[in-house]
Amino acid sequence: MTSRLSGRTEVRIAPRTQLPAEPDAGSTRNTPPARPRTARRSVSASRGRTLPVAIGIALAAGALITAFPFFWMIASSFKPQREAVQYPPSLLPQAPTMEYFVRLFTELDFGRYFVNTIIVVFIGFVGLLLMAMAGYAFAKFDFRGRKVLFFFVLATMMIPIQVTMIPTYLMLNGMKLTNTLVGIALPTLVSGFSVFLFRQFMSTIPTELLEAARLDGAGEFRTFWQVVLPMSGPILAVQVVLTFIAGWNSFLWPLVIASDQQSYTLSVGLALLNEQIARNPSLQMAAASIMVVPILIVFIIFQRYVVQGFALSGLK
Amino acid sequence: MRTRLTPYLFVSPAMILLIAFGIVPILIAAVISTTNMNISAFMNWGNVKFIGIDNYTKLFADPAFWNSIGNTALFAVVGVPAILVLSLAVALLLNHSQNRFFQVLRSFYFIPAITAIVAVSLVWGYLYNTQFGVFNYLLSFVGIGPVQWLSDPTLAKFSVGLVAVWRGTGLNIIIFLAALQAVPKEYLEAAALDGASGWKKIVSITIPLLRFAIFFVGVTTTISWLQFFDEPFVLTDGGPLGATTSASIFLYKEGFRLNQFGYASAGSIVLFAIIAVVTLVQLRVKGNDDD
Repeated sequence: MTSRLSGRTEVRIAPRTQLPAEPDAGSTRNTPPARPRTARRSVSASRGRTLPVAIGIALAAGALITAFPFFWMIASSFKPQREAVQYPPSLLPQAPTMEYFVRLFTELDFGRYFVNTIIVVFIGFVGLLLMAMAGYAFAKFDFRGRKVLFFFVLATMMIPIQVTMIPTYLMLNGMKLTNTLVGIALPTLVSGFSVFLFRQFMSTIPTELLEAARLDGAGEFRTFWQVVLPMSGPILAVQVVLTFIAGWNSFLWPLVIASDQQSYTLSVGLALLNEQIARNPSLQMAAASIMVVPILIVFIIFQRYVVQGFALSGLK
Repeated sequence: MRTRLTPYLFVSPAMILLIAFGIVPILIAAVISTTNMNISAFMNWGNVKFIGIDNYTKLFADPAFWNSIGNTALFAVVGVPAILVLSLAVALLLNHSQNRFFQVLRSFYFIPAITAIVAVSLVWGYLYNTQFGVFNYLLSFVGIGPVQWLSDPTLAKFSVGLVAVWRGTGLNIIIFLAALQAVPKEYLEAAALDGASGWKKIVSITIPLLRFAIFFVGVTTTISWLQFFDEPFVLTDGGPLGATTSASIFLYKEGFRLNQFGYASAGSIVLFAIIAVVTLVQLRVKGNDDD
């Protein structure tokens, strides 16, 4: 990845120090994270100070508007119900309470929904391995039927769940998998888009390396496990995050397949909470927070991989 | 060791699942759409009868179906450009600097894209509330009376669409930022030496180089609008008076509330055909563009 700071047009005021690497770049491990202060000054020197500041302010305003619903959600989840429905609304809870979080887990069955959701996400990780294997084969082997199969992979990216949900429901009903977590996870275990991303990444692994492993006597699966997978760290990280997010958030399919409270995921429990409990915004906001906060944590930790992964996927 | 079977061993688990849950269901849907299949099939499969294209004739005569298609088309026609322009603009601005402050701002814009639609729709429903919602409170400062965000049929379309736009931009900003990293700095520097302004550089160099990303975002955003479901389901359940019933909501209600599997399958095949045609047209336009 090129550093955007190595430019001819830039006036370097500060003595030439080590170029600050982009935080997104994967290869920053050896270089100490240089403070980008010197570079920032040189960029501004060439462009003037006002434009970046104006852009920064506009973006900050937009970011605050974007994040406001989340702020409101978390603040309201601590408001007593009376306070949550008062007018004019207050920004922060006057008498904060944890009552609604407790009620979700005691009176309602959110503990079970939470565990169910985690199980669905972990079943999804099995699919990750299968998709990596398929991506590898499409990237590094030439075999009869490859083109047709890869066409199927791309075609399924286009097919919406709305088209397949009735037949899939009937199929899973025939297999007695309705109202099971496996039934929730199975249809989305493999996605065309992820196979495509794996193939894009793995075609950049040098074939010589694979040949060397084979010459050393490694079997095909061992080559995959010990050479290909370790080299695919960045794309695996992206896919783990995407799989987690997709499994955690998925709604329409769990709604269709889970009609019994025992197999509700958080999203289904949350949506039906909306219908059942007429007007208790505090309880709803507490439930929404339980669903959103884990994703925020995962995202904050893995954020750079997501951006990097899209950069790697050949979307240029 | 390396046999001709090897690649098949690697692809088959994924391909079996992909074909079983991606390709085969379409064929089954096509078959079901020619039958009168409904809930009675679960008691006795003998109740399922072949009825030819009756479902399709009924569907095309159903005003509720056309209403849902019309709503979906409206959402796509307004929503795709909105998301495209907004996410490209934010990405260009975010790309302006790599400093820590901008890095932090990035995350703010991504958050809506990764959080559960169900949860955030609920939050928006609360913000939109007519009696104690924040939006009406804020509007009261500028002297605008209570707005019926979700109960006025015309306004409800806008309210539901706004949530989807708010949500849809984040992922596309990521895609555009990734693509922006691949724009060769030499081009921009050469242009700067020739005296091109920042705006001119964006219009003449950056945007043409982002053509593939713009195309990709355009196609995926169109497809996602054609599948629009979660926001209207949670916020309005398709109402008021069907104003926010998307094609997906129509199919869900026919299929799983009314248990008209045959009828809903016919609708899903029509939706699939629409998505396929729209995508192929976009691909064709893109193809000509390259010549």
